[in-house]
Amino acid sequence: MIKATVTVMLKDGVLDPQGKAIGHALHGLGFGNVGEVRAGKVIELELAETDPGRARTQAEDMARKLLANTVIESFKVEVA
Amino acid sequence: MHAAVVVFPGINRERDMAIALEKTCGRKPRMVWHKETDLSGIDLVVLPGGFSYGDYLRCGAMAAQSPVMRAVRAHAERGGHVLGVCNGFQILTEAGMLPGALLRNASLRFLSMDCHLRVERADTDFTRHYQRGQVFRAPLAHGDGNYFADDATLDRLEGEGLVALRYATPDGAIVPEANLNGSARNIAGIYTPNLRVLGLMPHPEDLVDPLMGGTDGKPLFDGLVAALAA
Repeated sequence: MIKATVTVMLKDGVLDPQGKAIGHALHGLGFGNVGEVRAGKVIELELAETDPGRARTQAEDMARKLLANTVIESFKVEVA
Repeated sequence: MHAAVVVFPGINRERDMAIALEKTCGRKPRMVWHKETDLSGIDLVVLPGGFSYGDYLRCGAMAAQSPVMRAVRAHAERGGHVLGVCNGFQILTEAGMLPGALLRNASLRFLSMDCHLRVERADTDFTRHYQRGQVFRAPLAHGDGNYFADDATLDRLEGEGLVALRYATPDGAIVPEANLNGSARNIAGIYTPNLRVLGLMPHPEDLVDPLMGGTDGKPLFDGLVAALAA
């Protein structure tokens, strides 16, 4: 069993109002040194697979087909 | 006109849509469950509003992968008409049948209010009972209706006349104040290049009878009935 972690983030240039709202809230809590905040998603996949390379290829395929909308999001796959 | 309304788990606007269709064309639409794949004999497929699959992952992402969408895509490829409203528009973009994506409203608020829409062209089967430049009222009810596409896609949509409707003031001005959800270039609805698939965020089906408070949305359905009468 291999665990793949897919991190999905809005692409640069795509407005992230959630990130902005989180940033405002952090400022309200006194964390004045916070600059830009961006919010994303983390999806963990357990794969019945032994080869890390194949696991990565599969997770990337899943990300392109469903987990991320590549019109607005980019993704990163980590295999452990 | 033989219409079908696709029913995904988690949607809640299919009955409003069915009422509008029956009222305008005099025939009940076929309600098609998301696991069905037969759309034979159907002229117009409608993807209604709601929260398919609980909006999990992204609005419309799961519905776009459901069995019925293969049939909807085949229907569109045969030149069939498709209308996607609200969640239906989100599903069409997630399925890649319309370009772009619907992001969280720029205000982060769920919007439940009326908006005004300007008809960008009146020579399509959806808008033939409106005038070009006409403004009509339609209710909005969404949290993720902020239309996004890259500049090249937006330029292409505008250049090819594929912008169907824009958020406007009641007198037709396209200004930021009228753009309630922050959509790129005030875009509320777009067509495919063959003008047979329309996706839009507002709900014309909710204003088709004086008892609903108005009939602003009725010309859209009347136009479809006139185009698809057979």
